[in-house]
Amino acid sequence: MASPGRVVLEVRDLHAYLYTRWGVVRAVDGVSFALREGETLGLVGESGCGKTMTALSVLRLMPEPAGRIVQGQVLLEGEDLVTKSESEMRRVRGRRISMILQDPQTSLNPVFTVGSQIVEALRMRYADGVDALRRLAEEALRRVKVAAPAERLRAFPHQMSGGMKQRVVGAIAVAGEPRVLIADEPTTALDVTIQLQYLVLLKEIQARTRLAMLFITHDFGIVARMCDRVAVMYAGRIVETGPTRALFRAPRHPYTAALMASVPRMEASVERLPSIEGQPPLLHHMPVGCRFAPRCSYVDDRCRREYPPVVPIGPAHEASCWRVEPSPPSR
Amino acid sequence: MSTEASSRGDLARLPWISFSIIVVLVVAAVFAPLLAPHSPTEQSLPDKLRPPAWQEGGSMKHLLGTDVLGRDVLSRLVYGARVSLTVAAVALIAGGGVGLALGILAGYTGGRVDNFIMRVVDATLTFPTILIALLLAVSLGQGLGTIAIAITVIIWARFARIVRGEVLSVKTRDFVALARVHGCSHLRIMAVHIVPNVLNTFMVLLTLHIGFVVIVEATLSFLGAGIPPPTPSWGQMVSDGRSHIASAWWLSVVPGGAIMLVVLVFNLFGDWLRDWLDPRLRQV
Repeated sequence: MASPGRVVLEVRDLHAYLYTRWGVVRAVDGVSFALREGETLGLVGESGCGKTMTALSVLRLMPEPAGRIVQGQVLLEGEDLVTKSESEMRRVRGRRISMILQDPQTSLNPVFTVGSQIVEALRMRYADGVDALRRLAEEALRRVKVAAPAERLRAFPHQMSGGMKQRVVGAIAVAGEPRVLIADEPTTALDVTIQLQYLVLLKEIQARTRLAMLFITHDFGIVARMCDRVAVMYAGRIVETGPTRALFRAPRHPYTAALMASVPRMEASVERLPSIEGQPPLLHHMPVGCRFAPRCSYVDDRCRREYPPVVPIGPAHEASCWRVEPSPPSR
Repeated sequence: MSTEASSRGDLARLPWISFSIIVVLVVAAVFAPLLAPHSPTEQSLPDKLRPPAWQEGGSMKHLLGTDVLGRDVLSRLVYGARVSLTVAAVALIAGGGVGLALGILAGYTGGRVDNFIMRVVDATLTFPTILIALLLAVSLGQGLGTIAIAITVIIWARFARIVRGEVLSVKTRDFVALARVHGCSHLRIMAVHIVPNVLNTFMVLLTLHIGFVVIVEATLSFLGAGIPPPTPSWGQMVSDGRSHIASAWWLSVVPGGAIMLVVLVFNLFGDWLRDWLDPRLRQV
């Protein structure tokens, strides 16, 4: 586990809604988490649960004009980003918080060489001349383990493989030496062998720069490998959060447990993987009580009436469920 | 090393014939006074309706023959290139520039701005070019400027529509989102990230529309709403020759052929330019 660094990013009771013509979609509905220096927090949950919207609202880049942050704070090293002006936000983006997206195929501009795109990103941070920036760019490529970096600077994105492109995207993302890196399923589009290399690379960058990483994924294998802590999201809220090992060993929220159960295991042979019955609630038509209630096998009347409070379970481990008993660390 | 080899490959694929005809045309237009064997407006009735040099009754003095008033067809053709290319250049720079800017604005901004610009585009495209040009010719008077304005007023909409479509597809790609993540402003994204991605479509449109503009200019002059005589213009030459088509074919066929040739070579050049400007096609 990471040595406890100071808190770099803290999100407090964030509500970010999308005002669509079908109604208000409460994509992020009361999310809180803290991210420490050098730490990786995994944000997991099924598609459409608000993971990406959480990331985008941290950067204040929700889809315009529908998206709006309604309530809450995003504290970056103590400064509230929610109240910042757009031009102040532009100085935050890329320099203090950066992001890697899912698809390397479209993450680079096809008409510019890789070199000029890295230089462009570096220029935001350093006021050096073009030659100095090109040397920095070469260095940046070398650091993300791209072979023959000097030649690769002159290549166009289409001349590179997906894994290589994603490395370049990584190099650009950390070019401004951000304190926080948001990785939104960065390995989903890569094949499995390349995935592992890329994750190792991200870990190395993190070890060197001590940046805090918010890692969005739905792959529990990657969570186990990458993350110090995990936050499980369901229908716009975090339902359980805790240290990766504790949460994997003893998931407390029924949703977390159900998610874990649906991951195939090597040791057990099963006829059919367990799955969670039903569909997640429509985000603009949320149940009154616990959002998981309609699909939960332990549901009772109280769950349908009232949203459960956050219950501390162990060290840094908490869950929102009526069934969970507050308990001191078991071991 | 590899880039050197491929750039040599590009030049080999350059459509040399089209390209040299374009060069010849531009040179002819620029240096018309030096190249033309005669004055384009000088009349000489004794020499009227001479056939081209290679035909019986033709002479080397008038390579492409003379018209009803005894004016040298070759000289008129050379001066006419000036008119055609000037109109094309002015209309395309103005109309293309406006179209590019508004197309990018509409596509990138979306919403009401997009709606408004595109409805104006629709409205513009419903007007026949010729009608607008005729209206302008009546109200502003005939002349090169009027034609250039008329074509600009129409042509920007074609550019705007196609550029907008391209922008719509470009702006959904992740690099635009990442540019935002890295702190670019909307203006910078449009100028630095979107423009280069639509530029090659734009350049191709530009070359393809050279032909269109030349034809519109010729049509207007043919209808008598274009360049006022005695300034030679290809469309007007075709028009003038019409009544003598049975006896003096060269009067209409020569300028008509010139129009066709210009449209053809610019289209071929445009095709090549499209391939050349796309890095994916260039260096494979």
